[in-house]
Amino acid sequence: MRTPLRPLARILQARAEGLNPDLIEAENLRARREIARDRNRGRAERRLKFLSFGFILAFMAIGGRMGLLATTPPNKERAAKAPEVEILALRSEITDRNGRILATNLATHTLYAHPLAMVDPKTVAAKLAVIFPDLDADTLERRFTDGRSFVWVRRVMSPEQMQLVHEIGDPGLEFGTRDVRLYPNGSLAAHVLGGTTYGALDVKVTEIIGVAGVEKALDARLRDPAQADTPLALSLDLSLQTTVEEVLAAGMGMLNAKGAAAILMDVRTGEILSLASLPTFDPNDRPGPPVDKAADPADSPLFNRAVQGVYELGSTFKIFAVAQALDLGLVGPDTMVDAEAPMTWGKHKIKEFENKNYGPLLSVSEVIVKSSNVGTAHIALMIGPLRQQAFLKSLGFFEPTPVELIEAPGARPLIPKRWPEIVAITTSYGHGLSASPLHLAAAYAAIANGGVMLKPTLLRRDGPASGVRVMSEATAAEAVKMLRRVVTDGTASLGEVPGYEVAGKTGTADKPKASGGYYEDKVINTFAAVFPASNPQYVLVVMLDEPLDTAGSEPRRTAGWTAVPIAAEIIRRVAPLMGLRPRLEAAALGAIPVSSN
Amino acid sequence: MRAFLGVLAFLGLIALAFWAYRENYATQAALQEVDQLHDEILDLRRALEVQRAEWAYLNRPDRLRALAAANFDRLGLLPMEPHQFGTPGEVAYPKLDLPPINLPVTIQGTEPPDAAGP
Repeated sequence: MRTPLRPLARILQARAEGLNPDLIEAENLRARREIARDRNRGRAERRLKFLSFGFILAFMAIGGRMGLLATTPPNKERAAKAPEVEILALRSEITDRNGRILATNLATHTLYAHPLAMVDPKTVAAKLAVIFPDLDADTLERRFTDGRSFVWVRRVMSPEQMQLVHEIGDPGLEFGTRDVRLYPNGSLAAHVLGGTTYGALDVKVTEIIGVAGVEKALDARLRDPAQADTPLALSLDLSLQTTVEEVLAAGMGMLNAKGAAAILMDVRTGEILSLASLPTFDPNDRPGPPVDKAADPADSPLFNRAVQGVYELGSTFKIFAVAQALDLGLVGPDTMVDAEAPMTWGKHKIKEFENKNYGPLLSVSEVIVKSSNVGTAHIALMIGPLRQQAFLKSLGFFEPTPVELIEAPGARPLIPKRWPEIVAITTSYGHGLSASPLHLAAAYAAIANGGVMLKPTLLRRDGPASGVRVMSEATAAEAVKMLRRVVTDGTASLGEVPGYEVAGKTGTADKPKASGGYYEDKVINTFAAVFPASNPQYVLVVMLDEPLDTAGSEPRRTAGWTAVPIAAEIIRRVAPLMGLRPRLEAAALGAIPVSSN
Repeated sequence: MRAFLGVLAFLGLIALAFWAYRENYATQAALQEVDQLHDEILDLRRALEVQRAEWAYLNRPDRLRALAAANFDRLGLLPMEPHQFGTPGEVAYPKLDLPPINLPVTIQGTEPPDAAGP
């Protein structure tokens, strides 16, 4: 209701009272403007609020969109994505030094069920039990009907079985993918490869984890996505490994040995070309660890005798005492040393094999050739316990071997706690200190390559290897010469392989009893060979556990009759495979084809 | 004039919208194709892996040894022996079929086309 500016009644009244009627008009005008101002202010306020609300909404929309863009992967990347991304979960292959596959992956299928989506659980269970005879129809049906939403049916199945399951055609049955680690060569090099097991399992992805051998020792490298496409090249050679295992198994069977081990090593690089331990197992179906805790772990086929087994390696150690004495200038190859047996040291009596006596004096090289304990003992006394310890330490006998196997660090050599002179004497001929055949191979490689101790390795080495010099080149050459005489005139005469100039040292050590003391009729036979003697390139160590040669009139247990012929056969077979040309005298050349047939 | 520009802009807008629409679907099709190719590569890789594994399995030393033994009468394969290394001196010099000494010298080295073999 609009009030007039000059209400007639009030104007007349004001005129009558002699007041200025214009005041009334001004008063009303002011009131009217005030109302208009209030109205305008309210309207402006509403507009401002509306506008700022609009701005907030707009900014929030833009901000939200930006956040969304920042958190979602853009489509563009999908187009550029490499297909490798999909198979990141895979483990890289393992090959031998020539690229032949030792371990690879195979994609297979698994079977799982969503019972809630199943049309007819009873029939499905019955049909599955027909396809997989080891499954029980009633158990399956119970598991399909007790309300759970997920059931693993089979972790592994063949493509034929998969097709049969397909033909059941129930929507509740589904297939998942599963990678399995495959060792195509079966038990070949099983102790090196070790084996794998499954980690996290999913219907789409499988995690494969190494449990032993190289698979575990280099697990991180094998699982590294960046290197998944590069196979891991071992130093092993498939052909050599096969031959060594074949000959070793035949020899072990012939000699009724409990176990055997062989190591073939390149002396210039420290690469292990073949490492065998028998009995062996199939890594595709790796047996479980021994159930009986009290049983000797060495009886399990999983036990790697070449690396894990620490044994007193017997007379093979004698060359170390002699080499050190030569290197220190204490003796020359023709120096005569006391060899009168038996030798009495305190309350101990040091005897020769079968109570022989090579004395009174024997030249240093004859000590090695005849394998004289007493002669070596006297040389060890010349060297003294401290220097002997230091030398054996430099040859790696005080530490586990640094080879790339998970078992290696656990196989610590057994070293005498104190080192009085009697220990120096027994250690010089290989008693009292227990080491693995691999320790022995690495130390012999140092003698064979001219006196440089290299780190033994299972990985292919492409460049030259560097090591620590432990003896002079002349000493090493002299030691190899003596080892050569062991084969030509000494205890390892069966080790001669025409053309390959085998040099080596035998070792026969009584097996220690678990209860203390030694067995009368159980021995460890070792033969450490270097060939060819004129230019040593390879070291072969053959070790037999409890062998017995019954071919002769009486049972024989010395290495010369057991480990040596096996080593000779291995060398005869593997040397041509390595491209090693036999060195034959000109006179013998014409006779070769006849004599070898 | 203003109306003309307006119509022009509107037509431009329609054209651009049409172009964007087609481009969108072309991109989606391309992405789909890339996905398919990735799947195909993956399948082929898997197949290759199976082939490699099978090759290694079929060429495992055990099997080759058994095959060599089973086919010994045809192949006569034996393990390599040291005496199989020879010297160049042991290799017989290839026999030369010298032409009769009374043939004209000019024929030597030009070998008539009807002469079979060396």
